[in-house]
Amino acid sequence: MPHLQVTSIKKSYDENLAIQDISFSVAPGKVLALCGENGAGKSTLMKILSGAVRTDSGEITLDGQTARIATPGDAMALGIRTVYQELSLLPHLSVAENMLLGRMPTRALNFVIDWAEANRIASAVLADFGFPQIDPASLVRTLSVAKQQIVEIGKALVAKPRILILDEPTAVLSAQESNVLFAKVKALAAAGTTVLYISHRLEEIFEIADEVVVLKDGQSVLQSRIDSLNQAQLIEAMVGRPLAAIFPTRKKRAGEVVLDVSHLGRAGMFDDISMHLRAGEIVGMFGLVGSGRTEVAKAIFGAQVADVGDIRLHGKPEKFASPQEAVRNGFAMITEDRKGDGLALDLSVLDNAGLASFNRVSTFGIINGARRSALVDEKVADLAIRPSGTAHPVRHLSGGNQQKVVIAKWLLVETTKVFIFDEPTRGVDIATKVEIYQMIANLAENGAAVLLISSEMPEVLGLSDRLLVMREGRIVAELQPDEFRMDFVFAHAAGLASKPEYVQ
Amino acid sequence: MTAPAPAAKPAFWQRVSRADLIFALSIVALVVFASVASDAFLTQRNIVNISRQMVTNGFLALGMLMVVRTGGIDLSVGSVLAFAGLLATGLQEQMHFSAAIAVALAMGAAVGGINGWLIARFNLQPFIVTLASMGTLRGGLYIYAETPLYPKDDMFRAVLGGAFVGPIPMNFILFALAIPVVWFYLNHTIAGRAALALGVNKEAVRLAGVNVGKHLIFAYVACGLFAAIAGVLLASRLGIAQPSVGTGYELDAIAAVVIGGGLLGGGGGTAKGVVGGVLALALVDNVLNLFNVDSYYQQLLKGLIILVAVLARRKNT
Repeated sequence: MPHLQVTSIKKSYDENLAIQDISFSVAPGKVLALCGENGAGKSTLMKILSGAVRTDSGEITLDGQTARIATPGDAMALGIRTVYQELSLLPHLSVAENMLLGRMPTRALNFVIDWAEANRIASAVLADFGFPQIDPASLVRTLSVAKQQIVEIGKALVAKPRILILDEPTAVLSAQESNVLFAKVKALAAAGTTVLYISHRLEEIFEIADEVVVLKDGQSVLQSRIDSLNQAQLIEAMVGRPLAAIFPTRKKRAGEVVLDVSHLGRAGMFDDISMHLRAGEIVGMFGLVGSGRTEVAKAIFGAQVADVGDIRLHGKPEKFASPQEAVRNGFAMITEDRKGDGLALDLSVLDNAGLASFNRVSTFGIINGARRSALVDEKVADLAIRPSGTAHPVRHLSGGNQQKVVIAKWLLVETTKVFIFDEPTRGVDIATKVEIYQMIANLAENGAAVLLISSEMPEVLGLSDRLLVMREGRIVAELQPDEFRMDFVFAHAAGLASKPEYVQ
Repeated sequence: MTAPAPAAKPAFWQRVSRADLIFALSIVALVVFASVASDAFLTQRNIVNISRQMVTNGFLALGMLMVVRTGGIDLSVGSVLAFAGLLATGLQEQMHFSAAIAVALAMGAAVGGINGWLIARFNLQPFIVTLASMGTLRGGLYIYAETPLYPKDDMFRAVLGGAFVGPIPMNFILFALAIPVVWFYLNHTIAGRAALALGVNKEAVRLAGVNVGKHLIFAYVACGLFAAIAGVLLASRLGIAQPSVGTGYELDAIAAVVIGGGLLGGGGGTAKGVVGGVLALALVDNVLNLFNVDSYYQQLLKGLIILVAVLARRKNT
């Protein structure tokens, strides 16, 4: 008998159909991957299973019994635990308080918190998870985003869930941390927990899932054992059309050196960074989370000033004290955290897309509104941003379309010569990824120098003309296309390159 | 989830929110009620009174709106108002009254500039910074003038607070002129749009290469300047500058912004809405005065109005 069975569920918000018809079933102790582009209905399905929203129709059964999941409390009572992509931790409370929120252990008197016991429970869960180094008494805001994600997952593990739903759990984790998570997921499944796993990273899905359900336009279009599919078939099922080429081919014509960085350093962040970018060239930068990639980019962009080193633009020494100076000199940076520092979510598409290009559309500080709207409209159409209007808040857009708004913001500047992309496709669906790759390739074709930072290996390997590998704040390798092999790159990033099996 | 395609141009009644509608209808209802219930309400004298009373809170609230849009607040406006009145009046002993006014306005802009600079440069909380300048300035102005000051030059009153163009008081005309200026700043200048964006996400604005500090400071300078204008006009109308005036005025200004749909977290509020808020508060004051309602009840009622306005405008979640 299947452990969890979902039959023909349907859900609409106002008049928008979010889920049209989703059915699948999963046996106990199995890991089921949910795949689909943004807007396919994954998050709505997850919210239904965790009681955050209710279905309009359809049935959910657990062990053959009809499950009524009307509130998050119902879902928890049924043993369903959900780890959302957005962190829900309270930054000013301790790790243990967050993990045990709502059921802190108390002493004899019912209202005196037993801190020792709370820390012991949290500590035991984290150690069992594989992260004994996280101190349960530390405040969540002092932890890195990756560690916060671990705590978030740990919070779901406290109650030994029967069904565990993970939404993009590795988005902010390093490869090493991800591996610990995968081991834990496998162990939980072996002990009988059913895991629903949502991820954009197909390699992960092939690594840990037993079965896969593909959602498209609110319908379940495919359920299959994972070992009877290959990656291309899976992508084709998600996108709904054959996959010609993910990565565009370019006529390579690297020009003169635009940006030359030498011996750049910032205490505790990175050291002795030397690199250059040529016009029309895409240089990839790969490294594990925490290797200092973003910090180097921010230093070049003037967002965090470096302590030592030289930055030359067209041979002329420059050191930007603020992003403002960098932008004036032709730099653009698409940051990795689009919700945190890329967009003002409550403002309109127009206000967000126009944020970096005020100078183009104004005289003496007064904006020519019609010209501004016209330029933004044109760019929104160019990049096929959906929906196509510009008056609504970007909060209502899907992740992929939000990212396109960020890119539109920088394309509107027009004088940009150096583009820094930091994780440009994080949380973006496959179809939009392909479009973004094309945009990046076009920029290089038109003579821009591109620095592409990513922790998605296929992406950096597929787009880059050269690849810089960073580890612990240093550039440890510069690789040419004939050295672009996943295991080789990863060995450099993880510091294993000296081992004999990796030597060329 | 596919978002709905935006309608080309929604009809007028669709663009007006329910809260705005209730708000406008309440004002109309109040006016109708007052006209019927009191003979004194619809007289020219009373309408002039209302329009003059709107001026002080009007300037304060327009200034406050500019700051509130950046996600900030300015508690020092009441003190600036009082000090500006004292300077414009007291300095007439030493200089022409127009020069005295210029000094008063420059003081207001400077106080705003210092507030804004402290907030932008050291990343301090606007509430704390302006609370400190509110106290500091109030102390300072008592050192400058312990007792009320009277203007030396009669022209001070004659051309401003006592002047009329036809039946319309000069003060009110100045306020009416300030409204489109603020509207233009909010909607059509880099400073205004950047201020709105940084009220929502400061880091995104900084990383877009925009000078955050400059636009933030500008909003506080404008707010300080508007408070000083309010102070000068008030002293000119009353023919006296009192060191004690303006205590608690910042709350009325914040109330007008909030009633008019401004968001205290930043990122919202319109000039039109704030003018509506100012008008509503002035009408309520006026009607209660006409009916000789005790001022304690007036305060109580104002508090309730703010609460109702905020509840009516809360986001449906």
